[in-house]
Amino acid sequence: MVRNRWDVAVGLFVLLGIGALFFLAFQVSSSATVRLGGETIRVVALFDNIGGLKVKAPVKSAGVLVGRVAAIRLDPTSYRAEVTLELTKSIPFPKDTSAAILTAGLLGEQYIGLEAGSDERNLADGDRLLLTQSALVFEKLIGQFLTGKAAE
Amino acid sequence: MISALARLGQFTISAVTRLGLAARFLVAILVQSGMTFRRVPLLVRDLFFTGFLSLVIIAVSGAFVGLVLGLQGYDTLQRFGSETALGGVVALSLLRELGPVVAALLFASRAGSAMAAEIGLMKATEQLESMDVMAINPIARVIAPKFWAGVIAMPLLAALFSAVGILGGWFIGVVVIGVDHGTFWSQMQNAVDFETDVLNGVIKSAVFGVIVTWIALFQGWGCLPTAEGVSRAITKTVVFAALAVLAADFILTALMFMGR
Amino acid sequence: MGETVAELRGIAAGYGERVVLHEIDFALHRGQVVAIMGGSGSGKTTLLRLLTGQIAPRQGTGRVLGMSLSQMSQRDRYRLRRRLGMLFQFGALFTDLNVFENVAFPLREHTQLPEAMIRDLVWLKLEAVGLRGAAELFPAELSGGMARRVALARAVALDPELILYDEPFAGLDPISLATIGTLIRRLNDALGAASVVVTHDVAESLAIVDYVYFVSRGRIVAQGTPDAIRAAQDPFVRQFVHGEIDGPAPFHYPAPPLIRQLREAQP
Repeated sequence: MVRNRWDVAVGLFVLLGIGALFFLAFQVSSSATVRLGGETIRVVALFDNIGGLKVKAPVKSAGVLVGRVAAIRLDPTSYRAEVTLELTKSIPFPKDTSAAILTAGLLGEQYIGLEAGSDERNLADGDRLLLTQSALVFEKLIGQFLTGKAAE
Repeated sequence: MISALARLGQFTISAVTRLGLAARFLVAILVQSGMTFRRVPLLVRDLFFTGFLSLVIIAVSGAFVGLVLGLQGYDTLQRFGSETALGGVVALSLLRELGPVVAALLFASRAGSAMAAEIGLMKATEQLESMDVMAINPIARVIAPKFWAGVIAMPLLAALFSAVGILGGWFIGVVVIGVDHGTFWSQMQNAVDFETDVLNGVIKSAVFGVIVTWIALFQGWGCLPTAEGVSRAITKTVVFAALAVLAADFILTALMFMGR
Repeated sequence: MGETVAELRGIAAGYGERVVLHEIDFALHRGQVVAIMGGSGSGKTTLLRLLTGQIAPRQGTGRVLGMSLSQMSQRDRYRLRRRLGMLFQFGALFTDLNVFENVAFPLREHTQLPEAMIRDLVWLKLEAVGLRGAAELFPAELSGGMARRVALARAVALDPELILYDEPFAGLDPISLATIGTLIRRLNDALGAASVVVTHDVAESLAIVDYVYFVSRGRIVAQGTPDAIRAAQDPFVRQFVHGEIDGPAPFHYPAPPLIRQLREAQP
C-alpha cells in the first residue's frame, strides 16, 4: 500500500537527517563545554594587555587543554584586563600558578598557557592568579628591536 | 514623470498589501496547525514529497560542492603554506553558509515549486473550494501539513548537504590530493564550534525553511486559476524565495557572526 | 409542499464594491428540484454561493436549513455545509485520490464510522450513479461525464438535505446529459432532499425540475413551473427558452453605425 511505502521513506529520510546532524555534532565540531566535561572552577587573572585573546579561547598547560576563557572585561580601578578562566576541576593547580598569553603558531589565535607553581595549597573557585604575563604586542616588539639596534 | 511616480506609488501600495495578505495567510496556517499534528499521516505524506524526494538532488549537489571546496580550498591554502587547515575551511564554509543557503535554494526550486504548482492546480480546478463547501478547512487539511513538512525537512536537508559536502572535501583532500587524514579531521574539530557553527547553521536552515515554504504556499494559494496563473506562481516562488533566502542569510549572518 | 429548506427575501449580495444580486426573493421546499437559469454573468453562481454561506447578504434576510445567513461565524458555516452537498462544474475531484477515496473523503473526515461501513457506503453511492466498477480508477482516467457522476456520489455521501448543482450539464454528450438529469431527479426523490440546479441548458432542466427562476442582470425576471416558462411572454425569457439569436440580449456588440465607420476609414 502506498501509505506504508511513504512511512518507510519518511522514516528513512528523518533517520538520515538526524544521522547527518550527529555526524556534524560529534565528528566535525567540538563544543567548548562538551570537551571540558564535568565540573569546573572559575579563577580570575589580570593582564596589562590581552592582545587578540577572545572569549572561549583555550587555556592550556604544557600544551594540554585544561579550560576555556569564560569572560573578559576591563577592570575600571586598575585599567588592566580582567580575564575569567574556567578550569576543569579534575586537574588542581597550585595557588601560585602563572598565566601567560601565548600565540598558537606564528600568527595563529591566542590562548592562555598556565605554568604550575609550587604552592601546597590549590586554586579554589573565585581565586585570583597573581603571576601573569601579557601578550606580546607587535608594535612594542618592533620598538624594542629598533631601540636595541640603536644601542649597538 | 508624474505617471512614473504614480506607478511607483501604486506598486509600493500593492506590494505592501500583498505582504499584509501573506502575513495573514501565515497566521491562518499557524492557527490551523492542530490537525497537522493530530493526524500524523497527513504530515508523513507531505514529508515524503518535500523531504524524501529531495534527497537525491541535495546529496548530489552537496557532494559536488564539497569536492569543489576541497579543490579550491587546497589550491588557495597551499599558497600560504596552510593546507593542513583544509578540513576547517571546508567545514566552516559549508556549515555556516553553503549548507543552509544552497540547500534552501535547491529546496525552493524542487520542493517549493512543486508545492506552488500543486496548490495552484488544486485552486484552478476548484478542489480547494469544494473542500471548503464540504465543511473541511483547506488550510488545516492541505496547506498546514505542507508548511510543517517544509519547516521540518529543511534543516535535515541542510545538515545532509553539509555532511555530504564535508565528506566530498575529505575525499578530494585526503584520498586524492594526500592531505593527512588525521590532520584533516583534528584541524576541523579545532576550527568548528558546535554552538557557533553547527547550531547557527541549523537555525538558519529552519528560518529558510519557513521562508521558502511560506512563499511557495502563498503563491500557489493566491494564483489566478488558469494554466498561466499556475506557471507564473511557480516562477514567482523560485525567484522570491531565492531573494528572500539570500537577504535573510545576510541578516542572520550579521546577527550571529558580527561582534564576536 | 414540504417544509421550507431555503428562503431568501429582498436579498442583495455581491463581491467587494460590486453588488451582483438585487431584491432576490426565493423559496425552496423539501422534495423540490428548482432551476436557476440565466445568461453568463447574470448572478446565478452568486446565488449558489449565498446558499452555501460563501458570501453573506448585504441586505434582506435569508435562511437555509433553519440557519440565518446573516452574521454567520465560520463554525456556523461549517455546520450548515455538513448538511448540504454541492456538485461543482467540472467535478472538482481530488486528483491524488482514486474514485473510491474521493467518495469516502467526506465520510472519513466527518464521521468515525468503521472502515467496513465506509466501504459499504461508498459502494452504495457509486452504485447509485452507476460507477461502482470504476472505484479503483483515478480522476485523470475518467471522462467528463464519469468524473461528474463520481463528484455527485461524493456530494451525496453524507445524505444531504440540500443538493446544489453548478452547471451540471455543461459540455456533456447527449447520453451523459440524460444520465445526469435522471440522477438529479432520482437522487433528490430517494433522499427526500431539495435540489437547486444552476444551468443554462433549457431542454434538460425543464424536463426534470418542478420550478424555475429566471435571473437576468442580478434580478429575477421570471419564475414559474416549466410549462409556465415555456409559455412566458417576457421577451428575454422567450429569447432564452426558444434560442433566438436576437432580442433583449442583442446580437451586435455596441458599435457606431457601419456606414459611419466605413466612411471614416477611407484614406
